[in-house]
Amino acid sequence: MTHVITQACIDCIHRSCVKECPVDCIYEGARALYIQPDECIDCSACVPACPEDAIYHEQDLPEPLQGHLEDNKNFFAQTLPGKSTPLQSPGGAKRIGRFGVDTPLVASYPCRQAKT
Amino acid sequence: MNSNTDVSTASIECPVGSHRNARGARIAVVGAGPAGLYAVESLLEAAPDFRIDVFDRFPTPYGLVRYGVAPDNQKMKSVTRVLCKPFENETPVRFIGNVCFGVDVKRVDILKLYDAVIYATGAQAERRLGIAGEDLPGSYGAKEFVEWYNGHPDAAHRNFLLDKRHAAVIGAGNVALDVARMLVRSSEEIASTDVPDRVLTAFRSNQITDVHLIARRGPAQAKFTPVELRGLSDLLNADIIVRPEEMLLSESDEIRIGANRELRTNIARLREWAERPLQGKERRLHIRFLRSPVRILGEKHVEGIVLEGNEQLPGGHFRGTGNFETLKVDMIFRAVGYRSLRLPDVPFDEARSIIPNDQGRVLGENGQLTDKEYVTGWAKRGPSGTIGTNRSDSAETVCALLADLAARKVCNGSGPEQILILLGDRGINYTNWADWLRLDDYETRLGHKQGRPRVKIPDLHSMLEFSRSAVASALPD
Repeated sequence: MTHVITQACIDCIHRSCVKECPVDCIYEGARALYIQPDECIDCSACVPACPEDAIYHEQDLPEPLQGHLEDNKNFFAQTLPGKSTPLQSPGGAKRIGRFGVDTPLVASYPCRQAKT
Repeated sequence: MNSNTDVSTASIECPVGSHRNARGARIAVVGAGPAGLYAVESLLEAAPDFRIDVFDRFPTPYGLVRYGVAPDNQKMKSVTRVLCKPFENETPVRFIGNVCFGVDVKRVDILKLYDAVIYATGAQAERRLGIAGEDLPGSYGAKEFVEWYNGHPDAAHRNFLLDKRHAAVIGAGNVALDVARMLVRSSEEIASTDVPDRVLTAFRSNQITDVHLIARRGPAQAKFTPVELRGLSDLLNADIIVRPEEMLLSESDEIRIGANRELRTNIARLREWAERPLQGKERRLHIRFLRSPVRILGEKHVEGIVLEGNEQLPGGHFRGTGNFETLKVDMIFRAVGYRSLRLPDVPFDEARSIIPNDQGRVLGENGQLTDKEYVTGWAKRGPSGTIGTNRSDSAETVCALLADLAARKVCNGSGPEQILILLGDRGINYTNWADWLRLDDYETRLGHKQGRPRVKIPDLHSMLEFSRSAVASALPD
């Protein structure tokens, strides 16, 4: 089980969830954040922290957002454009910093103006 | 729902290097639970040259992760893989275990030997109901039970026979849910956890059939987080019973629920249970809303509890309806909140049961700032929030500490050996990180022999014994 960051995060990236995550498993792509499913300890601290209400436990994920479950995993399992290896499980987002690239699903969303 | 994440996180960014006047400062952290260890993480990040000593009452680190998080939530306990990081590799952080603050080492010692101290001592006591019969045998604080099943050294010689059939758990928070859930778990489920052997034996002959979870207010006011409530849905051995007539929501509840997705998730889950036919499992967990405990019945032992119905007034408050009911129960667990206790010689706000502070800076009895004392975690904000809440909370405290140190000269007067010499002179049998790793390894190997993640050693004497190398290498058959 894991938590999943969904489309409301795209082009927002408030990062308040990052500060609450006890295991630092919320990683930054280019336009959105992603939760490393193997590192997540299922504590839900991130859910109320998100002002955009973008984060769900996978069991509570509404049907239209189901695609993000696999997509969050893909951010770590797949070799993303411009990278030579998948990110896998680095054991902490802080060291990685901004990874600078998104999954195809997130990248496919039209850009919206970043909220402040 | 869990609106306890009220620590403002927006402004907590400590620039690295802001402490440059304080190079090599010596910091004491009292308490090796999540709050203390997140403070260490923050300190190391901003000031990798600081020399940090983390004290704990026990030879074990991780505080409530080890002794509070329920044994059937091993995934949550795996947060230790992050919390242990400050002690790995060549960091200037030491663990000094089995040292009781205020007894083995006093505040005055700490203030003399360190440039700053962070109290991360958590909450050591719990609130009472204040009703008749509360002290009858069979009526327990949830903390006693939680400590027992979690192998807390203070509970090493306590025993819960679990030979009774009906129990009530008073409270609507995560601790109440943990206790209720553990009580109705099957022995197979308990056997896959890290509970001490003695605890597993007790659970193997657990006679419980019905557990009543009693919440004073309605479903919209319950404090459990969705993740805890969700944890009930996979119980192998217990039906969950919610009464549709207690799923009452006022207009103001509906508005709150509309604005809070977590609350919506909880209500939806409770409604599902209210509508679901019983599956005929061996045990039942009754979740009751709008009921206040009034009196505990019994002569020599708990025999029952009297509850009064509550109703919500238009303003959102609750009041008793004057309708009473009696539940026949043989065990009662009070889970109505933890609270901190005063640390010897350290300022304390009795009314709020916290160490008075301003963003983590400890305030004296008259509200003035104290010199070089800080606080984080439950001792700072009260017993609220989840493990992660402590990360931002400790970041705030460390930020204040770094700003203060930058503005004054640190003395570095004492060498790192001085505290150890002091403890040695007092005959304190303190432990270090390597000792913990030996105990950790012993418990893990003991667990693997039984197909469990770990088997906890609950009594302090054995803990110390297995912390020492020679004994730990041998495993009993």
